[in-house]
Amino acid sequence: MKFTLSWLKDHLDTSASLDEIVETLTRIGLEVEGVEDKAKSLAPYKVAYVISAEQHPNADRLRVCMVDTGEGAPIQVVCGAPNARTGMKSVFAPPGTYIPGKNITLGVGTIRGVESAGMLCSAAELEISDDHDGIIDLPADAPVGQAYAAYARLDDPVIEINLTPNRPDCTSIHGIARDLAAAGLGTLKGDAVPPVSGKGASPVSVTLDFAPGDEKLCPAFALRLVRGVKNGPSPEWMQRRLLSIGLRPINALVDITNYMTFDRGRPLHVFDAKKVKGNLTVRRAKDGEEVLALDGRTYRLDPGNVVIADEDGVESIAGIMGGEHSGCDENTTDVLIESALWDPLNIAQSGRRLGIITDARYRFERGVDPAFTVPGLDLATKMVMDLCGGEASEAIVAGQVPETRRVIAFPWSEVPRLSGLDVQPMESKQILEKLGFRIEGEGKSISVIPPSWRPDIEGKADLVEEVIRIAGVDRIAPQPMPRLEAAVAKPILTLIQKRTVLARRGLAVRGLVEAVTWSFIAKSEAELFGGGDGRLALANPIAADLSDMRPSLLPGLMKAAQRNADRGFGDVALFEVGQTFASDEPEGQAIKAAAVRRGTARAEGVGRHWNGGASSVDVFDAKADAMSLLATLGIPAGGLQVVAGGPSWFHPGRSGTLQFGPKNVVGAFGEVHPKILKALDLKGPLVAFEINLNALPPPKAKPTKMKAKLTLPDFQPISRDFAFVVGRDVAAGDIVKFAQGAERQLITGVNVFDVYEGPGIDEGKKSVAIAVTLQPTEKTLTDAEIEAVSAKIVAEVGKKTGAVLRS
Amino acid sequence: MTDLKELERDLISQVETAGDEAAVESVRVSALGKKGSVSELLKTLGAMTPEERKERGPLINGLRDRVQGAIAARKEVLAEAALDARLAAERVDVTLPVQEGPETRGRIHPISQVIEELSAIFADMGFSVADGPDIETDYLNFTALNFPEGHPAREMHDTFFLAPDEKGERKVLRTHTSPVQIRTMMSQKPPIRVVIPGRTYRHDSDQTHTPMFHQVEGLVIDKQANIAHMKWVLEEFCKAFFEVDQVKMRFRPSFFPFTEPSAEVDIQCSRKGGEIRFGEGEDWLEILGCGMVHPNVLRNCGLDPDEYQGFAWGMGIDRIAMLKYGMPDLRPFFEADVRWLNHYGFRPLDIPSLVSGLTS
Repeated sequence: MKFTLSWLKDHLDTSASLDEIVETLTRIGLEVEGVEDKAKSLAPYKVAYVISAEQHPNADRLRVCMVDTGEGAPIQVVCGAPNARTGMKSVFAPPGTYIPGKNITLGVGTIRGVESAGMLCSAAELEISDDHDGIIDLPADAPVGQAYAAYARLDDPVIEINLTPNRPDCTSIHGIARDLAAAGLGTLKGDAVPPVSGKGASPVSVTLDFAPGDEKLCPAFALRLVRGVKNGPSPEWMQRRLLSIGLRPINALVDITNYMTFDRGRPLHVFDAKKVKGNLTVRRAKDGEEVLALDGRTYRLDPGNVVIADEDGVESIAGIMGGEHSGCDENTTDVLIESALWDPLNIAQSGRRLGIITDARYRFERGVDPAFTVPGLDLATKMVMDLCGGEASEAIVAGQVPETRRVIAFPWSEVPRLSGLDVQPMESKQILEKLGFRIEGEGKSISVIPPSWRPDIEGKADLVEEVIRIAGVDRIAPQPMPRLEAAVAKPILTLIQKRTVLARRGLAVRGLVEAVTWSFIAKSEAELFGGGDGRLALANPIAADLSDMRPSLLPGLMKAAQRNADRGFGDVALFEVGQTFASDEPEGQAIKAAAVRRGTARAEGVGRHWNGGASSVDVFDAKADAMSLLATLGIPAGGLQVVAGGPSWFHPGRSGTLQFGPKNVVGAFGEVHPKILKALDLKGPLVAFEINLNALPPPKAKPTKMKAKLTLPDFQPISRDFAFVVGRDVAAGDIVKFAQGAERQLITGVNVFDVYEGPGIDEGKKSVAIAVTLQPTEKTLTDAEIEAVSAKIVAEVGKKTGAVLRS
Repeated sequence: MTDLKELERDLISQVETAGDEAAVESVRVSALGKKGSVSELLKTLGAMTPEERKERGPLINGLRDRVQGAIAARKEVLAEAALDARLAAERVDVTLPVQEGPETRGRIHPISQVIEELSAIFADMGFSVADGPDIETDYLNFTALNFPEGHPAREMHDTFFLAPDEKGERKVLRTHTSPVQIRTMMSQKPPIRVVIPGRTYRHDSDQTHTPMFHQVEGLVIDKQANIAHMKWVLEEFCKAFFEVDQVKMRFRPSFFPFTEPSAEVDIQCSRKGGEIRFGEGEDWLEILGCGMVHPNVLRNCGLDPDEYQGFAWGMGIDRIAMLKYGMPDLRPFFEADVRWLNHYGFRPLDIPSLVSGLTS
């Protein structure tokens, strides 16, 4: 919402400065977005007289001008404008002036050997129009030395406020003035509009043609004919104001409607009465009906749009934009002025569907003051007669202006209760009354009747806001909020919140860098990673490759790794802990932790190194990350199973599934499947893991924080090595498990320390060497006892896996 | 006498010139071995008269002791030299670089770090952390929060929609974390003090907007909480978060459908050379929106607005991260460029706490 200072002063009798006004507007909730004060920005530019303009001795296209600036001796200026001539008046800028159109600050210079101390300016250089054909050519009577902005009447500051959608009353300059007056910045003017008594009935009648229940689409429609007008350009003052706020003057009749829209927040429409056939009907549009609107475009309508039609069809889209056919031009002699009320919701939807944004729609969808329907018509009529002459008919009103009166019971204590500021009832009362609220009753609780232009006021809280925004929110002193309990704060994070935080730290400690990638990915990617459910597809994605809610963090991370590689950083290790989506229900959302490692980005070190290294990442790097994460989260390894093979996005022979039983899969790790690399346009080596943190078992509830009792055996542990030859397909994990199971009490550790295939081992076989730790608890083991345990291990592993001791 | 002196001089000289341990040993054998020269002399003592023995004994024994001492000393010198030689041979180039450890290579994303920072601050003020789903119903994202159907305020939200279900209802990606306010008020009784950090989505993408971003919302509901308390909470938060002793904040009346009265809050700062400093200067930076929870919202959650009251606020996590840590643009937050993450990210063990400070 834009307006000028002088326009505001039509409605506000004030001695406040521009700065005070601007500061107050923001303070009371009408946030000032910008102020354009040409009197300030164009201050150095003065009207000047060109005493002489002679050919430059060294340049065909330049002239040397002697300029009278109204003070001191004439100044020599070199000028390149074709229209620079002796005896003209133009606009002069002295050295030191900033020229906005050129983004330079003038200095004293020498141009082709001739000194030049300033500049004669074009309108484009001052950024007041696009005209850069020559320097500004002023009439002979322009007073030399006067500030150009004042001379050209460009000195009316333009203020733009960022209006919140709840304040339709401030889509009018009158409304803004009312707020400022309430805030103590002056007195509101022009509140009362004298009625216009027309002569004779309007020859055109209006019918509101709505099905029962639809009447709210147009509760009231006021109309009046003015005969014998002379339409032409509107007066200069009106044009200037409209131009200042970015509107293009058209002709007096149209300009009056635009002026009223801003001046009073009252959009109007004018029809050329001679182009209207028969009477007017207000109704829903018929499906497929078309109208050529004032913006020169043809709109195809449907029953969601409300129209004003005559016998020939649609003449105007209600509350949004008029039709070209019955629009007013310089030939208009009889004009029908419309002041109507429309349903805000319908106008909003209708305008959105048609894609039309107008000042009328902006106001109607927020809520135009119903009580001002007829006064608005009267005020417009008066302006038409003042500016264009003519004779007005009586007004007709179809429908009925709705009653907005409502009473809010308001205890004055509500202000301190909600705000913490003890505003005295007297002050609250004054504020509300200045804003147009009526107050009835006395004592601790009174009745408040909001004005017709404030549809946003519903209840007590709204009244508190009115009082404190005008009284000043800065008057409220911060007040410490006491603790709920006088006690040490309790821990606040939930299990999943704690695990999320811990997972991030734990993964970062492994050299992984945390990324935050989009929650939405391409449909094709979602499908590759087990998603792609239609219910998780966005109806209006921002881009085709950000269309579906992600089932997994991996596609985003993998692509991020590749982007880094494409920039020359191929050894990259990224992780993310974030939400994934299995359904559109809250239960379908899970927090997962995932990581990718690319190139040589291993936990132990990255890239080539004099001390070894530079080996590519492999499945065991991913497994190590996954196992480390589970350990960091304190997940007991006891029930965890690592099963060969994983989901389809991993290499089937180089991946594993992490589960607590077949029905409780918590994650997987592996080398990325070559098909995935191809589909996502990735280059390996690339390994990854992903674990669903929501699927991990919660810690066991314990009555105390005591750790299990520590018993330290008095006897040294001993270690025995076994090298087994087994089939290539036997899982090392099984050998470990069976060895462990051979003597549960005694065996406290089994470690695989060598795996070998090759010469010396038969084809299809491998050697797996394990070190078994025996921890005696009661006495030192004899050789015979150790032998017995060893034999048991060999027998057990042999029986279960077919392993034999390597000879 | 002379013989003994000569023998001693000879033996000591041999010991001192012995070049290695073997040479020392052969001297020892030749002197102190079974048939060594000194041993032989010692043997003669047995055949002497007591007088002779009394005279010769100390001389021969003294000779033996000095030779023994010389041998031991020589051995020590030689062992020392051998060790020195070994150590010299074992020398390595310690200027060779070591591999950088994973604990310094890893990084925490600034958004995660800031969420931990603000959780620590609000925990101290008695708030817990609530969360909710990113995919919300239209009711919880809008209607329950007092956004009337068709209200222009809905349009301002640039909502992402999912496909409509069988009943024609379409879910949305939450446009703010505020639906979690409703979920919280529906599921727990006042007094309520929660903060709600999370991902939010709006159909908007340009230099300063990304279709996904992060917000933190706060909610206080009890029977007294008012704007004065809200101002205190927000000021304390800003001081603690930006780690400054003073902040100056400006509360501008504004509008949000779910609060009444509402305000937008600016924080005073100076900008010199691209660096933002809080607690000084003349500029105002918008930092958050807040207000008293709207009576309709309380009613929608089954709370009587004449009995219960409270306030709520919301701010951009990405935005306050940018203000505190100086990232100039929002878009790189989500681009996973390791150069950016290495620079703006936090080391794995930079754990924010009020005990040791939010930042090191």
